[in-house]
Amino acid sequence: MYEHDVIVVGAGGAGLRAAIAADEEGADVALVTKLHPVRSHTGAAEGGINASLREGDSWDLHAYDTMKGSDYLGDAPAIDTFAKTAPEEVIQLEHWGMPFSREDDGRVSQRPFGGMSFPRTTYAGAETGHHLLHTMYEQAVKRGIEVYDEWYVTNLAVTDHDDPEDRECHGCVAYDIKSGKIEGFRAKGGVILATGGLGQAFDHTTNAVANTGDGCAMAYRAGVPMEDMEMIQFHPTTLPSTGVLISEGVRGEGGILYNDDEERFMFEYGYANNDGELASRDVVSRAELTEVNEGRGIEDEYVDLDMRHLGEERILDRLENILHLAEDFEGVDGLDEPMPVKPGQHYAMGGVECDENGETCIEGLYAAGETACVSLHGANRLGGNALPELLVFGARAGYHAAGKDMKTAEIQTGPSAKSEDGDVQPPVAPGAVDAGDEDVAADGAAVEPTGVIENAVEREQDRVETLLEDDGINHAEVRADVQETMTQNVNVFREEESLKTALRDLRTAREEYEHVAVADPSRTYNTDLIHTIETRNILDVAEAITLGALAREEFRGAHWRAEFQERRDEEWIKHTMLAWNEGTPELYYKPVILEGDEETYEPKERSY
Amino acid sequence: MSTQIEQQETETEEQEAEPEVESPGDRRRAAKRQRQTERDIQRETEEETLDDEETVTLKVFRYDPEVEGKQEPRFDDFAVPFHKGMTVLDALIYARDRYDSSLTFRHSCRQAVCGSDALFVNGRQRLGCKTQLSDLEDPVRIEPLPHQEVVKDLVVDMEHFYDQMEAVEPYFDADELPEDSLEEQRQTRENREKVKMSTRCIWCGACMSSCNIAAGDNEYLGPAAINKAYRFAMDEREGENRKQERLRIIEQEHGVWRCQTQFSCTEVCPKDIPLTEHIQELKREAVKNNLKFW
Ligand SMILES: Cc1cc2nc3c(=O)[nH]c(=O)nc-3n(C[C@H](O)[C@H](O)[C@H](O)COP(=O)(O)OP(=O)(O)OC[C@H]3O[C@@H](n4cnc5c(N)ncnc54)[C@H](O)[C@@H]3O)c2cc1C
Ligand code: SF4
Ligand code: FES
Repeated sequence: MYEHDVIVVGAGGAGLRAAIAADEEGADVALVTKLHPVRSHTGAAEGGINASLREGDSWDLHAYDTMKGSDYLGDAPAIDTFAKTAPEEVIQLEHWGMPFSREDDGRVSQRPFGGMSFPRTTYAGAETGHHLLHTMYEQAVKRGIEVYDEWYVTNLAVTDHDDPEDRECHGCVAYDIKSGKIEGFRAKGGVILATGGLGQAFDHTTNAVANTGDGCAMAYRAGVPMEDMEMIQFHPTTLPSTGVLISEGVRGEGGILYNDDEERFMFEYGYANNDGELASRDVVSRAELTEVNEGRGIEDEYVDLDMRHLGEERILDRLENILHLAEDFEGVDGLDEPMPVKPGQHYAMGGVECDENGETCIEGLYAAGETACVSLHGANRLGGNALPELLVFGARAGYHAAGKDMKTAEIQTGPSAKSEDGDVQPPVAPGAVDAGDEDVAADGAAVEPTGVIENAVEREQDRVETLLEDDGINHAEVRADVQETMTQNVNVFREEESLKTALRDLRTAREEYEHVAVADPSRTYNTDLIHTIETRNILDVAEAITLGALAREEFRGAHWRAEFQERRDEEWIKHTMLAWNEGTPELYYKPVILEGDEETYEPKERSY
Repeated sequence: MSTQIEQQETETEEQEAEPEVESPGDRRRAAKRQRQTERDIQRETEEETLDDEETVTLKVFRYDPEVEGKQEPRFDDFAVPFHKGMTVLDALIYARDRYDSSLTFRHSCRQAVCGSDALFVNGRQRLGCKTQLSDLEDPVRIEPLPHQEVVKDLVVDMEHFYDQMEAVEPYFDADELPEDSLEEQRQTRENREKVKMSTRCIWCGACMSSCNIAAGDNEYLGPAAINKAYRFAMDEREGENRKQERLRIIEQEHGVWRCQTQFSCTEVCPKDIPLTEHIQELKREAVKNNLKFW
């Protein structure tokens, strides 16, 4: 068994920032990650990082934009903390040497981004995430932070109290991908989940293959509620063949969208008469799909994004990376022709419920980054707001887990934050097919930490052995079924019948998963095994997304419902919560906090 | 904000330049009908010929120290149906998911940023996700990166590469920082431009694997690590003291002087980093620096 004060699961932007913070606080911290840190998906972020840095801008303007962008589903304490702290976090990155793009006076450049009332998006070419990830990894190296790379965390070691709010997390179980060894990791201060997004629940996504929602699923099954899972952001500009993202920076710099009739449809058809291409992502994604559905799409599939008029010099200076992406993955020269784009799954606004200090309702268990839902982005994340989130809340989780005295959180978590029960009627019973055989909380060792971990390790050993020894179907089939039904039925446009179809398909996939087995018998670098375990996680998060989408009977932010074409504030300014409940998911709601540090946010209609 | 105005101007210009004989929409629609017909025809023919014509053969290196029958390295053939735009990585994924789930390789981002799928494809180091099958000769031979220990199939041990990267103290370390935590360290555009290419490295290891010197001298820092040193040594924000320290590291016995300017690293780097040039420049810096003390 390995022992550290703080164990950070995942070494993308959020995990690295958390680890650095914990280290600064004097804790012995380790990063456990299934990919080497520099391979994390944070490296793919292109557009930029928002922070109010200049005269004429201020944190409360940033907070206001974020709340408005969230369609009033964000929690004010999180939004305020975020907007206040982002500037020092971004400048700290700069002090760590991050190669930001520069103005003539040598200060970092900022540019306009969708939904922002001020050009407050700092960037490093069109490779902001790459530079952020590498800069932070460098700082982790400088501090000598221990990294267990290519170690896959399969489960959490949590006590088995009936009420999740009484449970404690003592560590986790991880699998050394290179050797096949399964080991317990004990964390005296806390475990921080920073496992990133869950894009692999869909088949057209900008996310990496490793983004399988592992952290979400592990926390969910350990008893932490999932919050606002239906809120999936679809990015309007992804390349049709692969899902590779064409940064919002292109539109920020003045890129224009055209339909097959060469009409600038954002204005022509009145989707966003003020902001045009710079309207929020949900608005632009729906506009594009409407164009395609109404027969004005190109090859019935996509629209064109044109940046030629920006001129070669500006493109090379600020968007060079985009040229390479369009060339390598679509065979299109962006200087010469427009680039084909369509909406793709991009970001999970929802996730593991946690408070401003990163803590979940299980003591010692934290979440940060895209895995987490501190409720910053609400129903829609504004471009450039995820990277500062990693910094602000990654750091806070790290400090808190390392024992730093943090102010009491204003955001309540756990089942006791419930305001009312949900009453959705799913067509099939969701949850585990056989709930009995997989209780996540460690049995029989509710108090003694090492016992909890040993039990968890044993269970994982059994699970892995069964998977390796039994014969059965390949996980890839199940995974493909899940991705397909999610993309068909739980995409940008949603309706009751399709959501129910998805739930039925997911149930079938669960049943199939019961017969899944790993064909590769080897313990050495067994990716077959890893992908099989991931597929289970994908199933759980896909179902949570769909249940949330069925429950929310309104149209808010990214969540569009055919039957409900209005935002219904009186009833729906509340979070959808889903508790695993030992395999019988329970739906309930929790109030949104609109009362902020300075003022109370008044829901206004969104217009672009 | 001035950018906004600029772009509007450009846009009006464009619209005015458009001739008004036939509407662009009409032309597009005609083209679309045409494409539709072409695709229909293509689909019909494809259905008949798919089996033999539209497939690519992958010859993939296999090895697993643990599994009987795979302990002796060998090549397996996989016939993969080809479609336009398909990359080497797509083909590997297809082979794995359809034919043999034990086929093992690293990959994640599918967009040339994570650096995990550097492979030896048709005799050259390339990123699988960035290499179009249509650019390669059939059969496509896929092997792990040469000069690295093979863990299994296409997976190599990267430890040595990481060690070399870490040996150059790869982190920003300014002599002096602004006191105000909200104040930036100014950097000129020229200086950012100077280090720009060097900051693009994704740690894929292709350069190291292509380098003859690195193959013969295990202690040689190698192109990626030296490039990393360049990235910091040339950054004007770090200051003179740190720069001296950096030059000392790259000047050691197994540092820059080992490079024989063969350019193989530069040729294979998927991020187009002018590695050899950077190594040469550091050599010049080192010489200049030494002259100062004589
Ligand atoms: C293409 C793209 C472009 C984007 N552009 C922007 C942008 O311009 N601005 C912006 O603000 N946001 C952007 N975003 C969003 C933002 O980049 C992500 O939300 C953010 O980087 C996620 O960071 P993370 O640290 O939470 O996760 P990741 O960077 O995905 O890291 C996850 C880590 O968890 C590890 N991990 C996962 N599962 C396990 C497990 N079971 N065991 C061990 N380790 C595990 C992985 O190895 C990895 O290290 C973009 C996102 C994408 C996909
Ligand atoms: S320098 Fe180029 S080839 Fe070498 S590791 Fe970096 S990206 Fe790969
Ligand atoms: S899969 Fe990430 S570089 Fe190819």
